[in-house]
Amino acid sequence: MIETFNAGLALLVLALAIWTVVARDTFAAVVGFVAYGMLLTLVWVQLHGVDVALTEGAIGGGLTGAMLIAAAARLRCTEGAARAERPGVATRLAAALVAACVTAALAVAVLALPEPAPTLANETAANMAATGVGNPITGVLLAFRAMDTLLEAIVVLFAMIGVWSLAPDRAWGGRPGPLHRADPDGILAYLARVLPPIGIIVAVYIFWIGADLPGGKFQGASILAAMWLLAVMAGLTDAPPVSRTWLRVALVAGPVVFIAIGAAGVATAGAFLAYPDGLAKPLIKVIEWALLPSLAVTLALILAGAPERPAR
Amino acid sequence: MSLLDLFTVIAVCAGAFFFLAGTVGLLRFPDALTRLHALTKADNLGLGLVVLGLLPHADSVLGGLKLVAIWLLALLASGAVSQLIARAARRTDPRR
Amino acid sequence: MAEFLLGAAGFVLLMVALGLLRILRGPGDADRMMAAQLLGTGGIAMLLLVGAATGVGSTVDVALTLALLAAFASVAFFKSATGAPADDAADRG
Repeated sequence: MIETFNAGLALLVLALAIWTVVARDTFAAVVGFVAYGMLLTLVWVQLHGVDVALTEGAIGGGLTGAMLIAAAARLRCTEGAARAERPGVATRLAAALVAACVTAALAVAVLALPEPAPTLANETAANMAATGVGNPITGVLLAFRAMDTLLEAIVVLFAMIGVWSLAPDRAWGGRPGPLHRADPDGILAYLARVLPPIGIIVAVYIFWIGADLPGGKFQGASILAAMWLLAVMAGLTDAPPVSRTWLRVALVAGPVVFIAIGAAGVATAGAFLAYPDGLAKPLIKVIEWALLPSLAVTLALILAGAPERPAR
Repeated sequence: MSLLDLFTVIAVCAGAFFFLAGTVGLLRFPDALTRLHALTKADNLGLGLVVLGLLPHADSVLGGLKLVAIWLLALLASGAVSQLIARAARRTDPRR
Repeated sequence: MAEFLLGAAGFVLLMVALGLLRILRGPGDADRMMAAQLLGTGGIAMLLLVGAATGVGSTVDVALTLALLAAFASVAFFKSATGAPADDAADRG
């Protein structure tokens, strides 16, 4: 029965992906993409990756969709001109050929993987006691491969700086995104008043259980960012100017704490990001608590867009 | 089959029936507003019956409360969002 | 029981697929906006059923996240839809 379900799911995901690629209208394609992201959440659960499913649901389903739909709205006035410039048949055939070759190469690579696949799962499980956490994903992310997580946090920060760099000169350092207005007695304002408190509780819950069950700081930060963006979209609050000092401190506090703990590891345990014996779990907790607000603010600002309005 | 299992089967079947009703409505109703009705009302009722059916299988009382909380959250979100979609449908339809 | 729950999940999957077929075709943005709602409700049902069938308790947390983010995605769609003005003021009359 589970094989049938998985086969049906795979078929639906494939069909939706093909539809998203061939859809003419950009809005329709983005809706298809968001639907595809939500289905992928189920696929990840079936592949026994519940942590990844949480991240897919938060980022792929909600946040990326919001970002793409805002981009689609901006491109709406140019869609007519873009559609008028369709390339010739020869170009499209060549593109189809190249795409088919790449797909074939990927298929061969996937089908030629050794069986059973080489894995470090046994070593990880054997050494989990040293980290003090119960969830092996958290152990890998924050103890065995903490370097990757640190670089990831910094890359997300760089992405946000890239978004800021798109600001026009007159809005440099100003408020991101347009000014949103909504009827303060209307349904959007109501939803934006009721949902964020629930969302904050869920985000902190998912962050908290990440130590021993699927969850963690990234998923919690994504939900927090989404709730703040909901309040902004309903006009209940406005994005702060990006030149504010407190904002910039909040953005870098997480990575700075992470780097500091890593540097301290050089002195106390012999290597960058090594944890002294017995202090692994408290240090992991400190890193997670520092990264959660920074990540939430970074993700929220990436989604909010480039500054459009002058600070004053 | 124990009594609780029978209860689960009946509730989940009823939930599936309402999902079917919602989809039939989606496929057959003539315009966006009526389709929105079918989607929001029938599907959420189906979800509620599925949650009811899964309550006996929850890990603990807290797990059961979590299931009910998810349904209430889905209800709240659907109710508000359907109003927004209806407003968008009214505005983009030139006939209204 | 696990087989029955998986069968129910498969049925909901079929319903979602049929619904998507209609919604994504629908003329106009308002129809397509409903896809986030359809997948939100259907996805939660499927996740809860599959989670109960396989015994993985954390699937319920995934359903919780999906509920929140589906609402957020729908609001984002509404704000960017064609012809929707910046606010949601009810039409007078």
